[in-house]
Amino acid sequence: MPTDTDHYETSVRERRAEAVAEFADHKPSPLQRVQHALHVTPALVPLIVLLASIVVFGALLGSRFFSPFALTLILQQVQIVGIVAAAQSLVILTAGIDLSVGAIMVLSSVVMGQFTFRYGIPGPVAVACGLAVGTACGFLNGWLVARMKLPPFIVTLGTWQIFLATNYLYSANETIRAQDIEATAPILQFFGAKFSIGGAVFTVGVVFMITLILGLGWVLRHTAWGRHVYALGDDAEAAQLSGVDVKRTLISVYMLSGLICAFAGWALIGRIGSVSPTSGYDANIESITAVVIGGISLFGGRGSIMGSLFGALIVGVFSLGLRLLGADAQWTYFFIGVLIIAAVAVDQWIRKVSA
Amino acid sequence: MKHLFTGTALALITAAGAAQAESHMADVSACLITKTDTNPFFVKMREGAQQAAEEMGITLNAYAGNVDGDHETQVDAIETCIANGASGILITASDTSAIVSAVTQARDAGLLVIALDTPLNPIDAADATFATDNFLAGELIGQWAAAKLGEEAANAKIAMLDLGVSQPSVDVLRDQGFLTGFGIDTKDPNKWGDEDDPRIVGNDVTAGNEEGGRTAMENLLAKDPEINVVYTINEPAAAGAYEALKSFGRENDVLIVSVDGGCPGVANVADGIIGATSQQYPLEMAKLGVEAIAQYAEDGTLPENTEGKDFYDTGVKLVTDEPVDGVDSISVEEGQELCWG
Repeated sequence: MPTDTDHYETSVRERRAEAVAEFADHKPSPLQRVQHALHVTPALVPLIVLLASIVVFGALLGSRFFSPFALTLILQQVQIVGIVAAAQSLVILTAGIDLSVGAIMVLSSVVMGQFTFRYGIPGPVAVACGLAVGTACGFLNGWLVARMKLPPFIVTLGTWQIFLATNYLYSANETIRAQDIEATAPILQFFGAKFSIGGAVFTVGVVFMITLILGLGWVLRHTAWGRHVYALGDDAEAAQLSGVDVKRTLISVYMLSGLICAFAGWALIGRIGSVSPTSGYDANIESITAVVIGGISLFGGRGSIMGSLFGALIVGVFSLGLRLLGADAQWTYFFIGVLIIAAVAVDQWIRKVSA
Repeated sequence: MKHLFTGTALALITAAGAAQAESHMADVSACLITKTDTNPFFVKMREGAQQAAEEMGITLNAYAGNVDGDHETQVDAIETCIANGASGILITASDTSAIVSAVTQARDAGLLVIALDTPLNPIDAADATFATDNFLAGELIGQWAAAKLGEEAANAKIAMLDLGVSQPSVDVLRDQGFLTGFGIDTKDPNKWGDEDDPRIVGNDVTAGNEEGGRTAMENLLAKDPEINVVYTINEPAAAGAYEALKSFGRENDVLIVSVDGGCPGVANVADGIIGATSQQYPLEMAKLGVEAIAQYAEDGTLPENTEGKDFYDTGVKLVTDEPVDGVDSISVEEGQELCWG
């Protein structure tokens, strides 16, 4: 009759044998291989979902949806959220979150408009001022996060209100009409300029969004700064110990994010024609939605910026597709909710892969 | 505006009251509580109230929520007014049902509560309601659009750009008013979107701003590019819809109608971007409200409703440079004199 000790020894022996076998002989199951592939290429899930949803809506709606015209219309509709999501991605990669993105965007667009119309400053200079204001807002966020060591959620919850209030106080909530802008400072509407290739219609804003995301994707992957952003998002302390200047990198991330939001503000004028202080109220939530659906981890350090573009496009495809089907607008929100939860669930599952 | 009110008992009594009340009105105070203090509509409302208060020699305290939908700040404001011993409260409620308990508290404390612009739910929770007839506002632009199209109205393709999926009462009243004016069966008049008339291409929501207006218009144009009539909940949404039409190259052969009468909106009517808009009068609403409170403080008279309505109608007029037979309207020039924001 085996004693307890025997039993213990056996099990230890067995376990050891198993562990060795796993390294040497076992091939990973197909599921594990998928898990590994997703771990290496995080933008794959949203890309698959995007393509699948285009195919499904294309099958349901035929040429009304599956035309160059409708598909590029989606690009136009998501351009603002897409640009803001790029800014949001940078911050989320550092394990932060930026609730003030929409407020920075609107404030910058108002500065561009009011500088031109209230003070008579030439359009290009006013645009530069707007971009500078956006960058300065980003710097304030970054400084509070990096130097004052305040949590990003709290900092941007505060600055969101501050920037929005500044926007309303400064603009007196006055809309500048599209026709006046067209006559006086057409450069403000630059991002709205469009050109078509075949049936496909592109605007400068759409081209900017795609270029911006491809550019950021390259910078994040192939420059020291980009690797530092990932490193400090993954583990700020380890990054610090291995010689990354965490504070400077953080501040630069928030400043760049602010600048991108200001560009989004410029693109917003192009899209709606006018300067309206009430736009973009939901931009922060919409951008976080795009980023999360795009597979970027809210815990920082993992995800590809391409993912957030796909995330924004998925939302755009669902919105237009469901509207064309004649569904109640509530269904769009319903499915976006489902997608968010599914995306985070997939993220958790991928995290289980041993690195 | 004047002729609208001469003849109403209220205007006569308050005018008479104002003349002799100057001296002993100094310790009377009134509160104005708006949804926000940033929207030009409420800015104008506050201006009107301030002006009237100065004329009547009473004190006015103005409060506002931080954003549209900020209910708690409004409740705080009502409590402050009660504590301050104000004679009455003018309120545009963010949450028309939830505010009722606070309003009841104020009325129990002897304050006159007047709902401005937005009726409470139920409407008799306030002593009186001074508001635009939003159904009529919609009806006017509906009638105008139908008359403008003439026989073509039978083949119209209509886009309905509404406010939000929660369908607040203003949203429903304007939408259903427009359809009624145009001659379309509204089915259930308490909600939009249940109509089955083939002339309606679809409903979409705009959040009442330019961005929402543009996206909603694009969605409906993708559904049917031959839309030729566009109803919009307000003028910013109309401006957004126009941008979408422009990008589709359709801006010249589509009729856009709207509601509000803000200055940028009326300027858009002048430029032919909006065909016609129904103008409302926030300044007048607030002025009448302050006068009613002063009157109540003086001798306890309660304001009366407009005949046949369960609120006091502060008037609405159609602004267009292309008047049609059978629909009263004022010119863009007159509209610009009366516009707000």
